Amino acid sequence: MVISRESISWVIGGPQGSGVDSASHIFLKSIAMSGLNVFGKREYHSNIKGEHSYFSVRFSNQVVRSPVDDIDILVTFDAETIVRHSPFLIKGGILIYDPDVVGKKIEDIHTLDKSSEKRISHILKSKNKEFSLAGIIEELKERKVILVELPYAKLISRFSEEIQDHSLSKLARITNVMSLAASLAVLDFDIPLMEQGILDTFANKPTIAELNVKAANFTYSYVKEKFGAIPEKFSFVTKIHNEVNSNSIIAQGNQTSPLGKIVAGCRFQTYYPITPATDDSEYLESNQILDQNDKNSGSVVVIQTEDEIAAITMAIGAALTGVRACTTTSGPGFSLMAEALGWAGINEVPLLVSLYQRAGPSTGLPTRQEQGDLLFAISAGHGEFPRIVYSSGDIEESFYDTIRVFNYADIFQTPVIHMLDKYLSNSIITCNPFEYKNLKIERGKISKGNSIDIKQQGFTDHFKRFKLSGDPISLRVPLGTENGIFWNTGDEHDEMGHITEDPETRISMMEKRLSKLELIRSRIPKEEQITIEFENNTNGNVKKLIVIVSWGSTKGAILDSLEKITEADDTIQFLYLQIKLLNPFPARLLEEIIDNKIEKLNTIDDTSSSIETIITIIEMNYLSQLDVLIKQNTKLQSDHNILKYNGRPMSHTEIYNSLINIINNQSERRVVLKDGV
Amino acid sequence: MEYKLVDFKTPVHNDWCAGCGDFGILNAIQMSLYELEIPPHQAAIFSGIGCSGKTPHFINTFGIHTLHGRVLPFAQGAKLANPNLKILAVGGDGDGLGIGSGHFVNSGRRNIDITYIIYNNGVYGLTKGQASPTLKLGMKTKSLPQPNVNDSINPIALACISGFTYIARGYSYDIKHLKEVIKKGIEHVGLSFIDVLQPCPTYNDINTKEWYQSFTLDENNPSIRIPKIYKLEEEGYNGVVDNDEDSSNKIIKAIEKSKEWENRIPVGVFYENKNTPTYEERLQSRIDNYKEYPPALQTIKDENGNPNINIDRLIDELKTR
Repeated sequence: MVISRESISWVIGGPQGSGVDSASHIFLKSIAMSGLNVFGKREYHSNIKGEHSYFSVRFSNQVVRSPVDDIDILVTFDAETIVRHSPFLIKGGILIYDPDVVGKKIEDIHTLDKSSEKRISHILKSKNKEFSLAGIIEELKERKVILVELPYAKLISRFSEEIQDHSLSKLARITNVMSLAASLAVLDFDIPLMEQGILDTFANKPTIAELNVKAANFTYSYVKEKFGAIPEKFSFVTKIHNEVNSNSIIAQGNQTSPLGKIVAGCRFQTYYPITPATDDSEYLESNQILDQNDKNSGSVVVIQTEDEIAAITMAIGAALTGVRACTTTSGPGFSLMAEALGWAGINEVPLLVSLYQRAGPSTGLPTRQEQGDLLFAISAGHGEFPRIVYSSGDIEESFYDTIRVFNYADIFQTPVIHMLDKYLSNSIITCNPFEYKNLKIERGKISKGNSIDIKQQGFTDHFKRFKLSGDPISLRVPLGTENGIFWNTGDEHDEMGHITEDPETRISMMEKRLSKLELIRSRIPKEEQITIEFENNTNGNVKKLIVIVSWGSTKGAILDSLEKITEADDTIQFLYLQIKLLNPFPARLLEEIIDNKIEKLNTIDDTSSSIETIITIIEMNYLSQLDVLIKQNTKLQSDHNILKYNGRPMSHTEIYNSLINIINNQSERRVVLKDGV
Repeated sequence: MEYKLVDFKTPVHNDWCAGCGDFGILNAIQMSLYELEIPPHQAAIFSGIGCSGKTPHFINTFGIHTLHGRVLPFAQGAKLANPNLKILAVGGDGDGLGIGSGHFVNSGRRNIDITYIIYNNGVYGLTKGQASPTLKLGMKTKSLPQPNVNDSINPIALACISGFTYIARGYSYDIKHLKEVIKKGIEHVGLSFIDVLQPCPTYNDINTKEWYQSFTLDENNPSIRIPKIYKLEEEGYNGVVDNDEDSSNKIIKAIEKSKEWENRIPVGVFYENKNTPTYEERLQSRIDNYKEYPPALQTIKDENGNPNINIDRLIDELKTR
């Protein structure tokens, strides 16, 4: 199914280490500079060199938030990329390829996975084509795919003549920029913007930049001359220069959360290397010296530890000195952190864990997407202690959420787990520049300065860190504060922080800590707990309300789908809710929002028949973990669960199709999505 | 303000067994802090889990009783966030050399200015006397069903090869000497390790106080009694590194010395190297104002509660044009 013509889907693939990343960066940069909106995502193996990786970009003059399955333009320089991705080329799409690879046998592509081999074999068989690259090319021709041949070797030698440079080993590295330039030529793209994209990508390497610009121009004109008759349909989008968005930024998920940390005042971060969380710390360390408004120079200390246990415990140690501290990890590392999380819980230490989920269990699919850690994040660690689990729905949100979660940690003096994932981390979007100057930093009850006045604070003789009063949050002082000496222990403690096994004190301290859960639910603004992401207003008789509930990064594909569906058909009523606060679970609020909606529709509807409500949960795991939480905490019963656990993010295409099936009453209760290469 | 020794004590009831070697270490720590005139609120003592883990509760400084084996990373985090603090870390031999051995070794790579004291008694006391990583192979302390099947770790040698820059040993019943060893460790700028031989009167019936304080007779002159424990400095040993070239020789000498056991057990300073840059100094070379404006002391919001930061430069890097 061709999902949309208002956006173009571009994919580049190749062996890891062959320059797919820099080519896609140039492409993204150039397209974004033209004022278009882009969404890009990177897929790669847990491997350094040789395995297949690819980058897909969807761009449009409208907002794009998710990938689609179909490909309009496929850019390749090896055989494997053709085998894996050409089945998704739409009729009339474009394949850029090296005619020299057509001779390669499919059986000889050792890195090809079974799914891709099966897919291509099925297609070729059904079309009576030979099981070979030549067969694929023939099949594509039949499907009216435009074939743009780029004989790289020949072009490179001609190019080397032209620039009088015969160091072919150096030139061998320009295939990716050639393929990129070819795709921009197909789009009839602005040449100066292409050049700017290249210069920007190789900003630190001027000679390489220059060589690449020449190679790109060379290829661009080659394609223009040779394939002048390429239909206009791909170039219409790039000709619209959207001046309104000229101020936009292009940001990756692994940049936005650390940027948020800088703004939030996080000045200490620890990590142990793990995909896909490490980029966050690398960004922070690369930008470790900070400009403060008061002209002081700030800084953030980033420590690579010996393991994740050291990472979390070091961050806790730092947090005790008053600094906003964070540790960043993924599932396997978070598993190791569970014990220390409980220590932060019993000692009421504000601590942030940025949890970039990837597919588990164990090492799982180390470089692939999943939302499989929700229930674990909510329950990690033995015993009972309050913790906040908060999740971000997209890259832009993750910036603002990072400031929120640090505030929560300080206000409620308890650990916070910020749920992110591989898909957010490795995706890139255009969005508005972050408005950060008026954001609020709320540090809760913490003493200021290097001493406290005991009497003024209401203590008779000695400071009591865990003072029992009506408020479960007590005054916190940083280590080093005069008159503020306190003790911490992983044992149950008294008000001073000393070990106790006294049953009454135990009850008081358990109630002090765990009553924070209700406090959290009552103090965090409702709109920060659950966001109403989409709600359309239909006219006339509404008989059916489709409620969609999700958490985390499925948001983009859901929103793209809802916009498309309601544009075409405005008779269906949708309510789409993103649950951001996952622990403590905002159960009453969720019920309230849905009840209010139904009530509102009933009052508009003049007939007496009640409205049929269909609740659909969308998330990337097997158990439908959000649904487990909803069933545990509310009276709501889901009708459909749209799930996925093959390691590839949900696409706009898949969610659109699934929702259409639900609208048409043709959907199973449990829908498992399987797309993705 | 002048502090008295009593200012370093808390009224918390101490539940260690009578005759426990831990008391000597506790006293030596309190006396060290007092004699070095460290204001109680500028010190923080971190501990692991076990009998020794309770130490901070008896000392009137900030006291952070952490997790089993994790005392060093907790302590290092606090020190790096606020290098103005005096940080001590204490824990048992099982805590530091068994479950925490990875942190022990990796702390050596950093050389953060912390003093780490291991209460070394060869057993897991609080769980009723299982063999710890320092119990020698074949030893059968009273609560072991069978003799120890594991060989032992040599803590001094491990500290030597891990990169600790002050390595010493004390004996918990010689408080005066132990105190001096601890004071030197606290004064040493860099990561200090002090291995304290500490009899567990309840579970280690082999390395007892009597055993440590026993004598052998000189082969040539039986009237001369040779004490088992002797002080390195009294026998002409000098582990202090004078120059960089000297460092590996001194490490080898220290390791050789650390192998002495049974009849002759050395205490005192095995190794000291003041030339290795601390982690704080390494950070300072990247962050000009790290020491005077460390993470814990930075102003992160202005009087209106807004971020005291300007990230326009970073946002500009993300601008599409």
